[in-house]
Amino acid sequence: MGYRMKAEVMDATAIDRALTRIAHEIAEANRGVDNVALAGVVTRGASMAQRLAERIERFEGVAVPVGSLDISFYRDDVATHLNPEVHRTDIPFDVEGRDVVLVDDVLYTGRTIRAAMDAIMDYGRPATIQLAVLVDRGHRELPIRADYVGKNVPTARRERVRVLLTEHDDRDGAVIYEQDGEDE
Amino acid sequence: MLSCKHILTMDDLSAADIVQILDTADSFSEVNERRIKKLPTLRGRTVVNLFLEPSTRTRTSFEIAAKRLSADGLNFTASSSATVKGESLRDTARTLSAMSCDLVVVRHKYAGAPQMLAESMDACIVNGGDGMHQHPTQALLDLFTMRSRLGRLEGLTVGIVGDIYHSRVAGSLVPALKKVGARPIVIGPPTLMPARPDVLGADVVYSLDEALPELDVAYMLRVQFERAERMPFPSNREYARFYGMNGARLAAAKPEMIVMHPGPMNRGVEISAEVADSPRSLVLDQVNAGVAVRMAVMYLLLGGAESGVAA
Repeated sequence: MGYRMKAEVMDATAIDRALTRIAHEIAEANRGVDNVALAGVVTRGASMAQRLAERIERFEGVAVPVGSLDISFYRDDVATHLNPEVHRTDIPFDVEGRDVVLVDDVLYTGRTIRAAMDAIMDYGRPATIQLAVLVDRGHRELPIRADYVGKNVPTARRERVRVLLTEHDDRDGAVIYEQDGEDE
Repeated sequence: MLSCKHILTMDDLSAADIVQILDTADSFSEVNERRIKKLPTLRGRTVVNLFLEPSTRTRTSFEIAAKRLSADGLNFTASSSATVKGESLRDTARTLSAMSCDLVVVRHKYAGAPQMLAESMDACIVNGGDGMHQHPTQALLDLFTMRSRLGRLEGLTVGIVGDIYHSRVAGSLVPALKKVGARPIVIGPPTLMPARPDVLGADVVYSLDEALPELDVAYMLRVQFERAERMPFPSNREYARFYGMNGARLAAAKPEMIVMHPGPMNRGVEISAEVADSPRSLVLDQVNAGVAVRMAVMYLLLGGAESGVAA
């Protein structure tokens, strides 16, 4: 079973614009960013959180704290899927009373975000948890929605969505892959 | 995912497995610094600590590790279990099997007891120390401690000093060090060496002072008076003089050499109080690493496969 590229739904410019807009939206929704902290889900969410923080600092003149979250230990499928590569979680700010914005690349079933919320709660009691994603591809399995969305992309379940970021990949982009051939 | 279902001896683990355990333990050590030191990872899994020989640190370490992963833990000790009523180990294993537990940590005074359990039940078995044979999780936490402090394992020269004959710690640490590319040297008086120390696969030196300048790590073993049939040396003072770690030896060694000890320490015998409490002693770091490493072992053995199914 292989995957073949179906469409590129965002290019580098689109990602740049979306992140800039989300940075503004975060500042607007929270009436400034004095109480805001960003927590990116590793690996690409964490890079996005960095990029958002850079933009927020440029627009608002405030350096918001940025953390990264590995949610492997909070997943509900540990029994069947073991993540072989676990990263260190690094939350260098006090979560208590903060407005914490979770950042992830793709929002799909919502299970990752459920795990990430549990992880954040283990550090303290935030005032709010908000969610920023670059691509919302639908098919939620839990009652979760994003507060800030780069782009809504209708997809089929058998498709895959990948966000590419230069920190990890050769370019910026968001791509839909389609399964070719038989079912899984 | 580890390449094995059980951890009975260091032979079960490949070099890649060891690195994976240490890397995973690194993530868990962050959890141990949090205010809420609990993860939901192994919810609903049952971990049994079958400790048929006295132990405080290893048992509590496994117990805390299981609790921090939200597994349900049960403790069986020699005095509280049916063993005192004469139940055989195999029957104990079958009983635990019938209660469908997922992982059993076993400590036993006879070498090979964990192997026997592994053959008679479905659960994952972790050796928590068997007789004079092996104690693999101790070796793993020692590697973790060395790597955290010295930044590497490859190329380190590690002197394992003292009661080599009775030591299951040495039994696991020597092969563990060799797997990760470090060089173990076993050091001790001939009366505390096995009959054929060469089969350990480590360099053998009978004088601590001779080997001392080469060492990156001095790993002081506890003299196991309770296992010795007769006193293996004339007096504790004489042992301390020739094989004990003290301030003078610390000063003569490489300035970055660290001192480790699996505990419990006989202060004044294999390690002086001055050294035990010095910043170059990593004894408490080892205890701290123990929880994270055991969490990693449980996570990697129980995650990814339904209970009792080897992948």
